[in-house]
Amino acid sequence: MSLIELNQVSKIYDETIVPIRAVDNVNLKIGKGEFTSIVGPSGSGKTTMLNLIGGLDQPTEGKIIVDGTDISTYKPDALINFRLHHIGFVFQAYNLIPVFTAKENVEFIMLLQNIPKSEREKRAVEFLEAVGLKDRINSTPAELSGGQQQRVAVARALASQPSFVLADEPTANLDSVSAESLLDLMEDLNHKHNMTFVFSTHDQRVIKRAHRIVTLQDGKIKKDEMNPAHAKSEA
Amino acid sequence: MSTYIKLAWRNLWRNKKRTLIAAASVFFAVILALIMRSMQTGYYDYMIDASVRMYTGYIQIHGKDYWEKKSLEESMILDEKHLNKLKKIKGITLAVPRFETYSLISHGNKTKVAQITGINPQEENKLTDLKKKMIEGNFLDDSSKGIVIAQGLAEILKVGVGDSVVIYGQGYHGVTAAAQIPITGIVKFTLPDLNKAFTYLTLNYAQWLFSAPERLTSLSIMIDNPNELNRIESQLKNIFNEDYEVMDWEELSPELVQSIQVDNAQGIIMLGILYVVIAFGIFGTIMMMTAERVKEFGILISVGMKKWKLGLVTLYETLFVSFLGVFTGAIISIPILLYFKANPIPLTGEMADAILAWGFEPILPFAVYPGMFFAQIWTVLAIAMVSALYPILFIRKLKPVEALRG
Repeated sequence: MSLIELNQVSKIYDETIVPIRAVDNVNLKIGKGEFTSIVGPSGSGKTTMLNLIGGLDQPTEGKIIVDGTDISTYKPDALINFRLHHIGFVFQAYNLIPVFTAKENVEFIMLLQNIPKSEREKRAVEFLEAVGLKDRINSTPAELSGGQQQRVAVARALASQPSFVLADEPTANLDSVSAESLLDLMEDLNHKHNMTFVFSTHDQRVIKRAHRIVTLQDGKIKKDEMNPAHAKSEA
Repeated sequence: MSTYIKLAWRNLWRNKKRTLIAAASVFFAVILALIMRSMQTGYYDYMIDASVRMYTGYIQIHGKDYWEKKSLEESMILDEKHLNKLKKIKGITLAVPRFETYSLISHGNKTKVAQITGINPQEENKLTDLKKKMIEGNFLDDSSKGIVIAQGLAEILKVGVGDSVVIYGQGYHGVTAAAQIPITGIVKFTLPDLNKAFTYLTLNYAQWLFSAPERLTSLSIMIDNPNELNRIESQLKNIFNEDYEVMDWEELSPELVQSIQVDNAQGIIMLGILYVVIAFGIFGTIMMMTAERVKEFGILISVGMKKWKLGLVTLYETLFVSFLGVFTGAIISIPILLYFKANPIPLTGEMADAILAWGFEPILPFAVYPGMFFAQIWTVLAIAMVSALYPILFIRKLKPVEALRG
């Protein structure tokens, strides 16, 4: 069974004179443990599709089934709750809470999930250790480099034990060393924990590492293929 | 809950300057509002105290209908039973008996209507400090058969100490009251109406002259704590039943009450304007804080923070800024208000003349009541709570996708 399923999904923006079909009649299935990149030029509908999968926006047409639940008819409050318990987000600009330390940032989503304090603290330390920031747990985002901040964001996304992680241009603000290091980390988590990652990106470094590449153009899936480079390395 | 409080508190200090400016606007507004209220309330307390000490006392007891008719027929006799009960009421410091009537007063070919007040010299002096107002001759004693007249009246009659005046009036039950009485002293009042009309005899002599032995027209009561006025008045009303009337200073001096009410209304309008300024200060800051954090709110909602929880964080932030300003303002203002309570501001110019014309010393004392502080704290917090609705409503309408764009 697919973890994420999009059935004839369209998102139409009709505020303009000519309605824009940002996502146009898309069918897509993403299974558990996949490491998928959604790619395409600017305006191809990557971010809109990611928003739809992440329950941040709702489709104009079609159904989105995540973890067996049809979220396309959910009301905004129900979607917030769904996101909290099922989806981990990694944003382009890290978007950590600037006044919290790394540990507090990782704990925050778990706090929203009403996880007891002792468990929160234990998991936060574990995940920060897993992303290689054990010695920076009490640093605030301002005291961390961009790469370190994005690692905290990954730890935050994973500590809440989501069904999958959505990452919107996660490497866009990182230098090559930090970007490669972050991708190593995510690939490692994917291998070890069978964690599903869905990226929206046009960064070649990410595309190269993805197992599956879904290419969008004008809101439609132009190509959906397994990454030959990865297939070769697996073989 | 503590994490949300922590988040709100730390958020405040992300932009120290903005937070300090917002708190400072509340701080100065609270100090200003407290000084204004303290000055006004202190002035009213002073006016009331000076007014009751000038003549009326806080409470007066009369015979039934005396205040309306001002006739000796409505004078009263206070028996020992009543007086003993009165003495047992806690908080009464003084009970001053008077016999007051109007009569013609004449010297040579000059005649004028004057108020004749029969007094117990010692008790009267305790209430009105009459002895200090003597400018010539001697004050009355219990056995005195002379008259003390006001300086303005003496000038009209062209008399001085040692001269005699003729009193000619109507006593109790219409009996003629007439006597030639030597002037033993002259007293000066700053209030012209009093200075041109007041005369004093001893109580016994006045009662004898107006054929009203043992009768009184009023008993003026002083109390140690004006806040206890209602209780004492109610106890007195229980003792002095339907044959008497018990009136407090507000009923005795309606013009003073009116002047305080008018002034107070002006003060409240000024305070209202000040609160509007505070409200705009707080609201402006909150609007800025909200506008620059749209993306942040979007992120928090995206990752699963419920909107009401985010609203709660912004509510805490507003409350913290307001509390910071209110409490520091209230604390700093305490020594300022206490100083001016102990050292009233001396008034000069037209305002001083106006107060002098009322017969009061031209000073502006401050008052310090706990209620004054609570009123300011609650008002500013109420403004903050209303202002805090803005980010809450803003967050309620926020769509994460739009907010993430910034």
